[in-house]
Amino acid sequence: MMLLWVLFLLFAQFSLLAVGGANAVVPEIHRVVVGELGWLSGQQFADLFAIAQAAPGPNVLIVSLIGWHMAGVPGAAVSLLGICLPSSLLSFAVARWWQRVQGSRLALAIERGLAPLTVGLVLAGASMMLHALTLDARGLLLCAASALLAWRLRLNPLWLLAGGGLLGMLGWV
Amino acid sequence: MMTSVVPDRRALFAGFFIVGLSGFGGVLPHAQHMLVERRRWLSEQQFAEVLGLGQVLPGPNIVNVAVAVGARFHGASGALVACAGLLLAPLGVVLLLAALYAGYQQLPLVQGLLRGLAPAAIGLIFGMGLKLAARLPRKRRPWVLALLTFAAVALWQLPLLLVLLLLAPLGVALAWHWPEGAQ
Repeated sequence: MMLLWVLFLLFAQFSLLAVGGANAVVPEIHRVVVGELGWLSGQQFADLFAIAQAAPGPNVLIVSLIGWHMAGVPGAAVSLLGICLPSSLLSFAVARWWQRVQGSRLALAIERGLAPLTVGLVLAGASMMLHALTLDARGLLLCAASALLAWRLRLNPLWLLAGGGLLGMLGWV
Repeated sequence: MMTSVVPDRRALFAGFFIVGLSGFGGVLPHAQHMLVERRRWLSEQQFAEVLGLGQVLPGPNIVNVAVAVGARFHGASGALVACAGLLLAPLGVVLLLAALYAGYQQLPLVQGLLRGLAPAAIGLIFGMGLKLAARLPRKRRPWVLALLTFAAVALWQLPLLLVLLLLAPLGVALAWHWPEGAQ
């Protein structure tokens, strides 16, 4: 029971620091749980991170795997709750406020002023992930094809993932 | 632009449930596909707004998006339902995968699958970025700001908090003084 509270409070601290998404605090989580607390080895952390990336769902699930490693399924649940709750409360408050000011000059300015940042952040996130993969020419080609098809056609993204996975299993990439 | 469809709570749960389960390597492209293109709960414009706020606020972006979309249609219970839909199934799957991983990580087929999935998944995110970029007004300022954001994060690798604290107020201030210029 004590450990569950520790997990909840630990990850709740990271919630409001995760500006730009869960991946923003992964290095800090690594520093704390591997370095300071010694809950996992560096290799274990890397493995859990890879699983969270490969699995469907938000990248924030890395946190639930650390909780699972420490305290099983309840640990996974409270860790996920911890990292989501504070930021979700803030987000809820902002969403309510946003609906009240919608259409006002301030709302228009925020919406138009943030739109370019959104574009920059999405593309930067994608290119950083691409960089971390160290792909060969075929992998880059697959990535570019997926980007173009996703952009130009309103395909269900699952088709593109299935295509990529199939090419991978056939040994083409 | 008005949204054409207002989901009830069950539809919110189901929609985000599918988004969560689809999101290999990143959930946002699936969220856009589901919310805008398939179910038409939001216009592209509204999705861009919600996503913009979700990215600037701390916390997992997609969870912020779920909170905002849920709250928009059904207040607190909507936000809760959307988040539960988004997170429950992936949590189950990731725990299952973690349990299986140790046993199967060496299989060549599994390694091949992951090697092909990753670039395709990243391509999807690029594709979503391009969709969002295509909606930017054809003016110099928004594009310079987008480029600056990209460079600050991807090339110069500045801390995200710093980038947002500098560029978000700058963007809003520019748009405040030139509201008609952004159209």
